[in-house]
Amino acid sequence: MNIVVCVKYVPDSTADRQFESDNTVDRVGVDGLLSELDEYAVEQALQLKEKNEGTTVTALCVGPEKAVDAVRKALQMGADQGILVTDEAIAGSDYVATSLVLAKAIEKAGSENKVDLVMCGMASTDASGSVVPAMLAERLDLPQVTFASVVETQGDQVRIKRDSDTATEVIGATMPLVMSVTDQTGEARYPSFKGIMAAKKKPLETWSLSDIGVDAGEVGLSVAWTEVTETTARPPRTAGEIVKDEDGSGATALTEFLVSKKFI
Amino acid sequence: MSEVLVVVDHVDGAIRKPTFELLTLARRLGEASAVFFGSSDKGAEAATKLGQLGAEKVYVVDDTEIKGYLVAPKAEALAQLVEKTSPAAVLFVSGYEGKEVAARLAIKTGSGIITDAVDVEEGGVVTQAAFAGNYTVKGKVTKGVPLITVKPNSAPVEEVGAAGTVEEFAATISDAAKKAQIVAQQPRKASGRPELTEAAIVVSGGRGTGGNFEPVEGLADALGAAVGASRAAVDSGWMPHTFQVGQTGKVVSPQLYVANGISGAIQHRAGMQTSKTIVAVNKDEEAPIFELVDFGVVGDLHSVLPAATEEINKRKG
Repeated sequence: MNIVVCVKYVPDSTADRQFESDNTVDRVGVDGLLSELDEYAVEQALQLKEKNEGTTVTALCVGPEKAVDAVRKALQMGADQGILVTDEAIAGSDYVATSLVLAKAIEKAGSENKVDLVMCGMASTDASGSVVPAMLAERLDLPQVTFASVVETQGDQVRIKRDSDTATEVIGATMPLVMSVTDQTGEARYPSFKGIMAAKKKPLETWSLSDIGVDAGEVGLSVAWTEVTETTARPPRTAGEIVKDEDGSGATALTEFLVSKKFI
Repeated sequence: MSEVLVVVDHVDGAIRKPTFELLTLARRLGEASAVFFGSSDKGAEAATKLGQLGAEKVYVVDDTEIKGYLVAPKAEALAQLVEKTSPAAVLFVSGYEGKEVAARLAIKTGSGIITDAVDVEEGGVVTQAAFAGNYTVKGKVTKGVPLITVKPNSAPVEEVGAAGTVEEFAATISDAAKKAQIVAQQPRKASGRPELTEAAIVVSGGRGTGGNFEPVEGLADALGAAVGASRAAVDSGWMPHTFQVGQTGKVVSPQLYVANGISGAIQHRAGMQTSKTIVAVNKDEEAPIFELVDFGVVGDLHSVLPAATEEINKRKG
């Protein structure tokens, strides 16, 4: 089985994330890492590899040069090889352009050995749009089984369980397909010391836009399908009233507050 | 005036409230037309309500052939409807399906997409909350037909009494779109409480409940609220994942959010920070959740909540 798992390099969500003057996400001034939600996709890819002999897992990332860290992390966890697509022209790309770059890279990655499964996390921890997996499926003309909380495969048959807003569903499809997984699929493994050492010898390629046949004029901030006109730090919430509960005073104060705001 | 398509989110004909909020937003951009996937009977029934709340037209797309499949067929049908109507925008409810149908439609029609909007203004300016609600971002779609997915509770529902004229739309669906099949579907058991994402009030519990959600549920019922849980409570197996509020669970923005025994980690804040009024009850006065609150009680939820519940029920008479 040939699996490509898409991994995103994102600003650390516990750091002080910010925007650049051109309203794009600051991906350089803030420490970055492999998006936590993509670790679950790497984990599921590795579990499939363990179950299916002869499986190759390729970690694919689109981002600035520093984003190679996200690919390395996936290699340390156990992916077999890595690809970073990086090009100055990509900076500021929105979902539509990013999905184009990923799709073209996946096509190139599968040019000799067709890709059976494209794995993604349920969302990135920065933009959290959750739309790129479906866009990839559309571009690659593949079915999608997304937001999986449980993944089951048998040969090329895939079944996933997912919790939508109103129902729990089981979705079935045949590979090749695009899958996205949630954190409910199970803890992602930590890289072992052995894994970290082994990762240093794993193939890691860097591709530019011309390597994957994408014209620089098709991507980037200047041709984005959407425009961010304004980013404003939310004013800190004005300090609320905090009371200490003493002999039941907390409950009365809470009730009074809710009444004053007309919630009761 | 151009049409603005609103994709109706419904369960077997029962329209979910966020759809009505979309109609309000759609009328700011043009003439609201609802798109209903379902049988013609259910469509006709839905049209009455959709008309009342702002839809001039209701396109009914027969779903007999496609309802067993995920996302792709609806995107195909919508692409054909977009082609026919050249709308000023298409609005979706921000959920798994809405986002992904919009995503496929974006590629099919060469259109830009904005997700998780909390407001849409005249002229198509869209407001989003970014970085766990620490930033407010305004933007616009600049290419193709603006595709916007909107979070629940982003606009009021308005009674306007529009026509709600039904128009059947026959879409052609390719076999390629019918590959991800819904093998089984189990509707969520009705809890008697409002649905988490659409609720006006949410009362949540976390690690501090110690696994006992009774005080949380009691207060929720006194306030007519939905019950939520933090990731810690879900990971401990105290509540099912469907109750989780946070980055990997439900993102809510109710009028009132009451966090009980929840420390307020970034993952949780990402799911509730845009709530209008925030209240917390926590034993630890250093808990970061207190930085967010309009009102906080430093105390034990196991005594504060039952006492508050009793007082509230008394006041309600």
